[in-house]
Amino acid sequence: MNKLKDTDIQATIGWVLRTGVILSIAIVLFGGAVYIYRHGHDIANYSTFKDESDFAQLTGIINGILTFRGRAIIQGGIILLIATPIIRVAFSAIGFLFEKDYLYTGITLLVLLIIFISMLSGHTG
Amino acid sequence: MSVIELTLIILIGSYFAGLLGSLTGLGGGFIIIPLLTLLLHVDIHYAIGASLVSVIATSSGSAAAYVKEGITNMRLGMFLEIATTAGALAGAILAIYTPTHYIAILFGLILILSAIMSLRKKTRQITQHKSYLAQKLKLNSSYPTTDGMLEYGVSNVTGGFFMMLFAGVISGLIGIGSGALKVVAMDNIMRIPFKVSTTTSNFMIGVTAAASAVVYLQRGYIDPALSMPVVIGVLLGAITGSKILVQSTSSKWIRVIFSVIISVLAVQMIYKGVMGKI
Repeated sequence: MNKLKDTDIQATIGWVLRTGVILSIAIVLFGGAVYIYRHGHDIANYSTFKDESDFAQLTGIINGILTFRGRAIIQGGIILLIATPIIRVAFSAIGFLFEKDYLYTGITLLVLLIIFISMLSGHTG
Repeated sequence: MSVIELTLIILIGSYFAGLLGSLTGLGGGFIIIPLLTLLLHVDIHYAIGASLVSVIATSSGSAAAYVKEGITNMRLGMFLEIATTAGALAGAILAIYTPTHYIAILFGLILILSAIMSLRKKTRQITQHKSYLAQKLKLNSSYPTTDGMLEYGVSNVTGGFFMMLFAGVISGLIGIGSGALKVVAMDNIMRIPFKVSTTTSNFMIGVTAAASAVVYLQRGYIDPALSMPVVIGVLLGAITGSKILVQSTSSKWIRVIFSVIISVLAVQMIYKGVMGKI
């Protein structure tokens, strides 16, 4: 019985991961096409790090997507990609809860908490 | 160089990085970061950011396939993710304050270590020894082989946990999946069968990279225009690699060639780091 439930969780997790990757890559490709079409002949320079975080904060990215900026769309896809394994962890927590495996529900929530702290530390530090 | 030229060069380079990374099991980041920094003179922070994103794409993509086969030990992965995500968070914060040439030197050293690890012989080991912690944490499991389901035990949970913490720090600091270190922890310390350790390590890499990627993202180290060709290239290369792997069983010579390439890149990274040119 327990084993059957485990395979259910595995199937769901596999689906979450595959869908997340396909969707985010499609968005990145689309944004990339827009960006190359508009800025393909600009001069690229990445030799030094510039502290212009246009696409580091969510508000900047959303504004960019609304004004149809290629790089903002790419960044939206990248954020979805980064979110994919995190969503996978959240799904695992629900799965363990359904199995009444409270030890692993706790362990999974702890992992989510660490990632959450990670998000906050990037903001303030 | 114009944006379109740079994008094409990175796309092609990333494709081969993803291909080699998947054939050897080391991941694409090992080639991408030297390619971007040494050849294209990209700031190492941007290179690490782009590499992390590509690591998430490839590990999530292949984990989706492995999980269905039932080889991945999800409880073990989940438990060890506590260590890798905490380490990755520490590593990403450390990276902000570490001078770039130290990161380059560390990268070179880990590169050499991983190349040596990938050449090691893999023997199938099964431990029936069930330690107290492993039993408490329900880590002992079984996996499908050609001879039916095979039971295995997990030993030295604490040692493996601390090795994973270290693997997480390295992953956050230099932007690779550090799959080699994860496999060391599971193969040599926890005595897990090779097939289980590689798939479970792959399962954990995505979450580990995501934990440090959120820090890099907010620091502005993940540049969309640069990451775009890297992610697409590495992912396509990895898909090609997995198709080749299914067809050919002997990949010994690929590993040897890859180790040579990696050692050359590693020495270059260390040299540039020591000279302070990176």
